[in-house]
Amino acid sequence: MATLGDLERSVMDLLWDGAEAQTANDLRDKLAQAHGNDGKELAVTTVLTVLARLEKKQLVTRERDTRPHRYRAVTSREEHTVELMNEAMGNVMDREAVLARFIGGISPVELASLRRILDDGANA
Amino acid sequence: MLTASYLLLGLAIILAWPAPIVLSRAHWTSRSPFTALLLWQAIALAGGLSMIGAFLVWGLSPLGDNLLSALSGFRGILAGEPGAALLTVVHVFALSTALLLGAHLVFTLLLTAYKVTRQRARHRRLLALLSGPSASIPGTVVVEHQAPVAYCLPGFNGSLTVLSRGLLDSLDEEGLRGVVAHERAHLDQRHDLLVLAFESWNQALPWLPTSRLARLAVQELIEMLADDAALEQVSRDDLLRSLVAVSSGMDPSPVGAVEARLGDAVETDRPHGTGARESAAGPGRAAAVPPSQLSSLRLRRLLSPVGELPASGRATVMATAVLLVLVPTLALVAPGLLN
Repeated sequence: MATLGDLERSVMDLLWDGAEAQTANDLRDKLAQAHGNDGKELAVTTVLTVLARLEKKQLVTRERDTRPHRYRAVTSREEHTVELMNEAMGNVMDREAVLARFIGGISPVELASLRRILDDGANA
Repeated sequence: MLTASYLLLGLAIILAWPAPIVLSRAHWTSRSPFTALLLWQAIALAGGLSMIGAFLVWGLSPLGDNLLSALSGFRGILAGEPGAALLTVVHVFALSTALLLGAHLVFTLLLTAYKVTRQRARHRRLLALLSGPSASIPGTVVVEHQAPVAYCLPGFNGSLTVLSRGLLDSLDEEGLRGVVAHERAHLDQRHDLLVLAFESWNQALPWLPTSRLARLAVQELIEMLADDAALEQVSRDDLLRSLVAVSSGMDPSPVGAVEARLGDAVETDRPHGTGARESAAGPGRAAAVPPSQLSSLRLRRLLSPVGELPASGRATVMATAVLLVLVPTLALVAPGLLN
């Protein structure tokens, strides 16, 4: 079915949406439900591989006191999104070289002026 | 030898102070951003070359009539041949300065490239989790967030254009087309390499007016080039509307703060102080700044179009850029080649 990257995303979505820590089996069942119609079985070992990769990236943590191990997301989707958007909106210093924003090089003050100029043009 | 080193020093000083100040104030640059970018690159390249060259040539001057023969003399000294006595402490100091400066520039470039690549990889990992491919626009991913943002993330293993759900919701088809064309131009024309070079130039020599002004100018010029690419597909109005749409989500501070700052800007920009009175009278509707008073050349040329620089003007700028690079190069190697 999907690539490992897509699976990582789906697994993270499940962990973020689920209230509690989940086992690989739980996740496999939910993934199979979501992609149920393409007829291919998703092996638990594949899910475990994906979880190991996510653990290595420090996105997922494992509860070792139960068997089978239960997994949960380290940080919430919201926190990740805030981080992403802060970088995307240039709120982090010195990011000009990292990504090119559509409003690059224009200050907020000037964008406010632009809004007025266009508003006045539309009203006139 | 000495004459060449003084020539190089003079050139280095001109390129470090007056030249970038004059160029950063010039307005013709918005009529030909491409040649202006060439000129900035020539200033940086020739500036670095003549700075290092001046120290190198002066330091080696006792060893030969020209750089090439002096360099072979220096190799001889390193190999243990006599002649080291010709170099005084000051000469050795000049040579070390040239060496350190060159190494510093190269090292800063590598370090900046490394940092930027790492930050991009990190951002890409975030995107991989939080964005999905756009259904309608190929090569574009969408982040589920209500703030309108658009940017591109360059990379050697595939570049990405990123749009937010908020942007898709606030723009019509034409507006989106302009934004995507703008970002694509950044990626296709490899503007990230230019930004990287000038970013590291600025990090290496932050106290030099040329590196700071050049970085700002280059950033604005690549935006103009991307705007021009977008204008081949959409109208000025569409592009301006897209800019406003994106800006509306940019400043999370309350509207009042923006109003106040705008009032300040109007006040300082206007000699007669009318702006201050107007904004005091109606804080909600301070007078719009006329396009000619915006300091962003990028916005100004979108609001009131300027014609392209005539071919003769562009040729002059390009010739200047070529000359700027040629002069220090020739001052360094020509005397040796002529002999």
